[in-house]
Amino acid sequence: MKKLIQANQLTRYYGTYCAVREVSFSLVRGEILGFLGPNGAGKTTTMQMICGNLAPTAGEIKINGIDILDEPKKAKRSLGYLPELPPVYRDLTVDEYLGYCGRLHGLQGAAQRKAVDVAKGRTGLGDVGQRLIGNLSKGFQQRVGIAQAIVHMPLVIILDEPTVGLDPIQIHEIRELIRDLGQEHGVILSTHILSEVQAVCSHVQIINRGQLVLNTSIEGLEQQMRASSLILGLGATPDVSSLRGIESVLDVEDLGEGRYRVFHHHHENPASELARLAIQSGWPLLELTPERRSMEEIFLEITQTEQTPKEALA
Amino acid sequence: MMALVIAGREFRNLFLSPLAWTMLAVLQFILSFMFLAQLDYYLMLQPRLEGLDDAPGVTDAIVAPLFGNAGVILMLVTPLLTMRLVSEERRNRTLSLLFTAPISMTEIIVGKYLGVLAFLFVVIGMLTLMPLSLYLGGSLDTGKLLANVLALILLVSAYAAVGLFMSTLSNHPTVAAISSFGAILLLWILDWSSQSSEKVGGVFQYLSMLRHYEGLLRGLVSTTDLCYFVLFIALFLVLSIQRLDNDRLQS
Repeated sequence: MKKLIQANQLTRYYGTYCAVREVSFSLVRGEILGFLGPNGAGKTTTMQMICGNLAPTAGEIKINGIDILDEPKKAKRSLGYLPELPPVYRDLTVDEYLGYCGRLHGLQGAAQRKAVDVAKGRTGLGDVGQRLIGNLSKGFQQRVGIAQAIVHMPLVIILDEPTVGLDPIQIHEIRELIRDLGQEHGVILSTHILSEVQAVCSHVQIINRGQLVLNTSIEGLEQQMRASSLILGLGATPDVSSLRGIESVLDVEDLGEGRYRVFHHHHENPASELARLAIQSGWPLLELTPERRSMEEIFLEITQTEQTPKEALA
Repeated sequence: MMALVIAGREFRNLFLSPLAWTMLAVLQFILSFMFLAQLDYYLMLQPRLEGLDDAPGVTDAIVAPLFGNAGVILMLVTPLLTMRLVSEERRNRTLSLLFTAPISMTEIIVGKYLGVLAFLFVVIGMLTLMPLSLYLGGSLDTGKLLANVLALILLVSAYAAVGLFMSTLSNHPTVAAISSFGAILLLWILDWSSQSSEKVGGVFQYLSMLRHYEGLLRGLVSTTDLCYFVLFIALFLVLSIQRLDNDRLQS
């Protein structure tokens, strides 16, 4: 499948400070790529580079096969970008503003009016076309920002924290919209809300201190979330050493009240052996649950293990 | 083409705030007051002028001073128009809309420049109506009138180019306004120092806008003056483009 975005070894320095270091990734049609990272990790810098708002210090970016540094005008035709702060003119009405955005992308006359109507319909702005953007609520301004990014039907849509400052219903609607957009466009979404990535994205990238530390599909992430431990609850006091005797069991931790945490090798699940042992030994088996790690834990683990070697160096 | 889209937006944007309307009203009031005062003065002097052989005509006595004054007044007003062009967009973070759209830096700058220029042309158009009204009761030296209009067009275009450049330098519209006013005023009065030394004086005299403007007002459309203004405008537009592109490179 043709790659909509191909970023190679992107690096960006601000003076001597390195904001993004050798980031490479790609995006194909129908993918929603979640860009995760703590504040100041380099998410926005990376997005600005992809959109041509910032020149990379090194590396190359191809949008739909066209190098954005060599042929910026041609490459930018396929881009729609919503920055952190929606770039709206407060003293224009929604219709005027979206019409202007359409014209900037070369739409004219009836085609431009139709594009504006479609974009308004998709973002739920149908009723506020005649209102001044400055008088709209934050949520509606955010929608105007999204409408601006999709008005010219770009192949790639890049959204920088699109759900910040919205109420739960709006967040739900925007996520629906993003999922919908992901059907026919390629979408990159930056956020620091982990559940958002789980809710809408098909791929996830974690960036920390300017470096890409994880790049996987959402299934791959699920894999990561499967922890290598089980909770075992028994109605009698078992012989811990016999639990340890099972081949795939690494360690057993006593949690009190007959509950134990059993650590095992990642790929071998000792659940059936544990159950057999319990029945053979006559221990009433009350609980046997695989533990799942939350995304927060994975996130912290990845971002913090990255941190330690650097601090050791310093 | 895309530059015209931006120019149209800029032009209409000016009329969304009371700024443009107020400016047009105030300028028209002051300039017509000056025009009438000049006319009065001329009518008073007319009997005496009739006796002279080489007497200045109506165009010299009324139109040239009026356009001369307009040049000074617009020096104060143009920075107020140009100050917001880029600095406000940078401040409100709306520049990324233009940076992401398939348009070049040159088109952005030229578009914004043309937008503000269109407004200044409206001002000049309304000013030109005043001498044109004299045709009702007499005749004017049309060539000289046209030279005056051309002079003012070139002058405000140069003002706007400086103002636009100052706006690309700053995040604050007021800072942009004050620096462009300073720069224009300095370029205007540069030939004051020309008396002090012969050698440097010539250069300063050439650089001074006042010199070139006065030449045109006298009805003397010389290539030197035209080239001066064209080069001046081109220089500041190129500098603005460079400065805006720097946002992308440095930031």
